[in-house]
Amino acid sequence: MNTENFDYKSIPGWGIDIDPENEPTYPMKNYTGDDHKRSNYEKSPQQPIDVEVLKSNERPQYSAVVGTTVPPAGLSGAIRRYAFKHSEDRYRHWIPLILADRVNSWEGIFEDLRKGYIPNVLAERGWKAELKYNPQGLVKKVFVTALVASLAITYFSRKK
Amino acid sequence: MLAMNYRGPYRVRAEQRPMPEILHPEDAIVRVTRTCICGSDLHLYHGMVPDTRVGSTFGHEFTGIIEEVGPLVTNVKIGDQVLVPFNIACGKCNFCKQGLYGNCHESNSMATAVGGIFGYSHTAGGYDGGQAEYVRVPYANTGPTVIPADMDPDDAVLLTDVVPTGYQAAEMGGIKEGDTVVVFGAGPIGIMAARCAWFFGAARVIIIDHIDYRLEFAKNYAKCEAYNFKSMEDPVLFIKKITDWYGADVCIDCVGCEAEGNTLQTFTGKVTLMQAGAATALQWAINSVKKGGIVSIVGVYGPPFNYVPIGNVVNKGITIRANQASVKRLLPKLIDHVQSGRLNPKGLITHRIPLEEVSDAYHIFSSKLDECIKTVLIPSTKA
Repeated sequence: MNTENFDYKSIPGWGIDIDPENEPTYPMKNYTGDDHKRSNYEKSPQQPIDVEVLKSNERPQYSAVVGTTVPPAGLSGAIRRYAFKHSEDRYRHWIPLILADRVNSWEGIFEDLRKGYIPNVLAERGWKAELKYNPQGLVKKVFVTALVASLAITYFSRKK
Repeated sequence: MLAMNYRGPYRVRAEQRPMPEILHPEDAIVRVTRTCICGSDLHLYHGMVPDTRVGSTFGHEFTGIIEEVGPLVTNVKIGDQVLVPFNIACGKCNFCKQGLYGNCHESNSMATAVGGIFGYSHTAGGYDGGQAEYVRVPYANTGPTVIPADMDPDDAVLLTDVVPTGYQAAEMGGIKEGDTVVVFGAGPIGIMAARCAWFFGAARVIIIDHIDYRLEFAKNYAKCEAYNFKSMEDPVLFIKKITDWYGADVCIDCVGCEAEGNTLQTFTGKVTLMQAGAATALQWAINSVKKGGIVSIVGVYGPPFNYVPIGNVVNKGITIRANQASVKRLLPKLIDHVQSGRLNPKGLITHRIPLEEVSDAYHIFSSKLDECIKTVLIPSTKA
């Protein structure tokens, strides 16, 4: 866009929210001073917790409401429990959580198989859309994957 | 009920899940009528956000109809058509009282670094999201807002995140009349930030990305200048040059942790995960802004840490402002902007896809196929 001779003030809404008083602006703007009262504020009733919910060790109690979806379980759950023994400042909190996520994706496949369901990984990865909107890219991916697999097989069979 | 189900990086599917239940007296159950895939959902989809558990349902942008309410819910009633801000906020803690609804202290037990967010990993509270036919909405007295009768539902669903986040990105930039504003990232949030920068009196708005169709869209939608960083040797030098070798007054990072454009950042942030994603856009923002300028960040980064030139922040005297958007605080103003025609959120929507086809929808958005800007998922129960 050529900005010379461009009357930006004609753009609908231009300048409507100009507010010279809007400093220091959000997020500091509405500071109330209540922070000095720390956690002594009115709270909603505590949600009953009847599943395992991991809690950051940087807070003394659960928040009034909690998410109860997908409680920790299996090997990934054990890794997550370890991670939550450490504060959010520590790598030993976050790196185990990332590791647990990777383990969990394999657990998900095993769980599907245990239930007698064979996951359609290609469909889950949206290859139908890839075929529709990017067929050349799909062919390229298949070709590259086949090439890499062939090279690997050749390399390892020669090694034997 | 049908819901999106995360199965691991790059793998999602739609499948039957149990109906959500009222678990707290201030809960509501909402029948979802529209739900979007957000650019930040792609960080989950790509496995970049720690504690994203298999079996989770994503989705923090949704509208719906109140189906059931807990005994303490008074602000909405069964049958109300509501838009639901992506922040889960109690409305009572010190942070909520300051309008910091994205930083509520009573909605996330699992991390103190972020408030509760629908369908955004256990790091953001472990709540199921709205990419489903039904969803549990905690603190229904605070978040859900009745959609004005004359508002297009497609506009309403974008008021749950995209519009407030883009607007707040511009607001936090402290833009003054006559300022030059550079926005990094021409996704829906970046485009909205560029559009809203004019509201604060910018004289020049520039958007930087590497995807041509998005730049073209941004140029038309946000009436801004649009440049592809792949066509330039050095984006920071380019910005210095086009600002009379001075730097932009305000730089806005709307990209976050999956930025492209810097090999070292990509290798350490995306390939080896040695930092919480590639902070290329933030690096460029810090280095492109003028001395004493303001950098506003709404791009999503992981919790651990990122490599950014903090020494330049000190030496240039830069102010950095950042936060999750405080949707509820901004809604009255933004509803007015939409109803008066100054903002056209639904103009961002390029794809409407049934919830059943969520796998394809994610792939289309993630791979930027079919010139996708913004995808809305439609559950079959919407009627």
